[in-house]
Amino acid sequence: MKQISKKTIKPQKRHALPRLFRGHVSRDRLVSIAMFWPSLLGVTVFFIIPFLVVCYYAVINNPIQHEFVFLKNFADLLQNSSFRLAAKNTLTFSAVAVPLAVSLALLLALVLEARIPLKSQFRTFFLSPMMVPVASIVLIWQVLFHYNGAVNDWLAIFGVAKIDWLKSEYNQLVVVLLFLWKNLGYNMILFMAGLSNIPRDLLEVAEVEGATPFFKFWHIKLRFLSPTILFVTILSLINSFKVFREIYLLTGDYPYEGLYMLQHFMNNNFASLDYQRLSAAALLMAVVMVVLIAILFVAEDKLGKDVEG
Amino acid sequence: MGRRWQTMRRKRYFGRGTLFLLAAFFAIAFLLPTVLTITNSFMSQTELTANYGQVFSGLNNSKSYMAERINLQFIPDKVTLQQYATVLLKSPDYLLKFWNSVILVVPIVLGQVGIAALAAYSLTRYRGRARNVIFFLYVILMLMPYQVMLVPNRLVAEWTNLLDTRWAIILPGVFAPFSVFLLTKFMRRIPAALIEAALLDGASEWRIFTRVCLPQCRSALYSIAILVFIDYWNMVEQPIILLPDTAKQPLSVYLSTINAGEVGLAFAVATIYMVPSLLLFLHGEEYLVEGITHSGSVKG
Repeated sequence: MKQISKKTIKPQKRHALPRLFRGHVSRDRLVSIAMFWPSLLGVTVFFIIPFLVVCYYAVINNPIQHEFVFLKNFADLLQNSSFRLAAKNTLTFSAVAVPLAVSLALLLALVLEARIPLKSQFRTFFLSPMMVPVASIVLIWQVLFHYNGAVNDWLAIFGVAKIDWLKSEYNQLVVVLLFLWKNLGYNMILFMAGLSNIPRDLLEVAEVEGATPFFKFWHIKLRFLSPTILFVTILSLINSFKVFREIYLLTGDYPYEGLYMLQHFMNNNFASLDYQRLSAAALLMAVVMVVLIAILFVAEDKLGKDVEG
Repeated sequence: MGRRWQTMRRKRYFGRGTLFLLAAFFAIAFLLPTVLTITNSFMSQTELTANYGQVFSGLNNSKSYMAERINLQFIPDKVTLQQYATVLLKSPDYLLKFWNSVILVVPIVLGQVGIAALAAYSLTRYRGRARNVIFFLYVILMLMPYQVMLVPNRLVAEWTNLLDTRWAIILPGVFAPFSVFLLTKFMRRIPAALIEAALLDGASEWRIFTRVCLPQCRSALYSIAILVFIDYWNMVEQPIILLPDTAKQPLSVYLSTINAGEVGLAFAVATIYMVPSLLLFLHGEEYLVEGITHSGSVKG
């Protein structure tokens, strides 16, 4: 703010009241604050207020009696066998998919950093799945992973026995592949941006000093990439919660047990309109997310400073 | 010395070759589903049934010939536009669903970007403590998974009687905080001197916004629009919960309910559904990359 004109804007001081209530607000300032209102109003009406109601619903017994029951809904939720299954499946999926999404994306970014031919074409290819609606490719996915499908044919070349991908415990693997297919491009771009921020002279000095590629990767690149790695990890974690979409399109409303995700649980409870359970589940997930995001903020602060300093 | 240099160079070429092969492998794996879907959409129904009948035969026991194995065909034996003709001329159902997608997504993209432009400008010009609190709040909302936000959305839709109307999806979409987050980061990079100069010339805030700020972030607006578009073009969760009326659901949901008799059509429809986003991608890849790059940190 200081670099902007001192004529119209007084130097900033810490005030107890927001600027709006202090009087002597210039017309321009009012305009620029007013410009925020449509968004704030919408966010308040469509997200914040209903979310507060969700918090309220989570601690009452039912929408008619409004009796305060504190943590009972949460206790019931944690006892619920389908919630447990959904939570377990979602967490297992994340535990497998997220490390792969991060490490493979980093690998792709490093590959594209090397001087190989057709680099920009490769970037386009890697990024393209992001722009293809999942609904469009589930058909071919079903063809590829059918019991008599192409993947089994290819694997047969290496002497692997036929696997019924979609109808056995391997179905999580199929969804992991779909998830990676969809998300690696985005993560890769983030890593490429991170890599391009590493000071060139540092790498050159390392080169002159005779550092091996491994040393350069391990001690310089990874160190500078740590904020990016963290960001990509959390982003992938969030995206892994969204994988319901792929599963729904691939298997419909009632998937095999291994693919019953939290969103399926929510959907089924929407059908029965059990708002207490839904609210408790939403709130529980929100808390988990806020913790994750807080970790992200703090770590970005720490790691970012570390690298800059 | 010379020999050592040579081996080093050979090693480097070898390494580069490996990397190239690795990249090629991934490229093929990444392109395969898309390419197959497109090529298969030019197959005739008989050929499709013969090749893939088994996969989709759960529902009807048609007597037509079906191979024991599934034949993955890259290029159809006979290229035909039959499927497209059927989709475009004879079965209005698919076109209707396509149109459903369009009238859901276009207002969301325009609305979200428009409202975000206003809000982001305000956040760029106003640097109080409230700004950071609000920005933090928006980031949290942005990162919430659907499972969390759909419960509030459903509640609002029920209170306002909007459930089962398109507004139940459009309104939360328009106010989604993602664009505000990303655009704020873009706008911060507008040189302060530019705004300062405009202020000294006596321009009002609104004039600075429309004449200085918006032209400066034209490419940012485009890249955000692409990201928002692809997100909603692909939506599945919101229509299931907020728009249970299948007649109004977008094609992204409907495509998965295709049954055995219409496999051929399904490939054609799937391809048609990809076209808008693929065109956007081919045209705006640089902007897309720019947009993703800027989303790479939660700090404002």
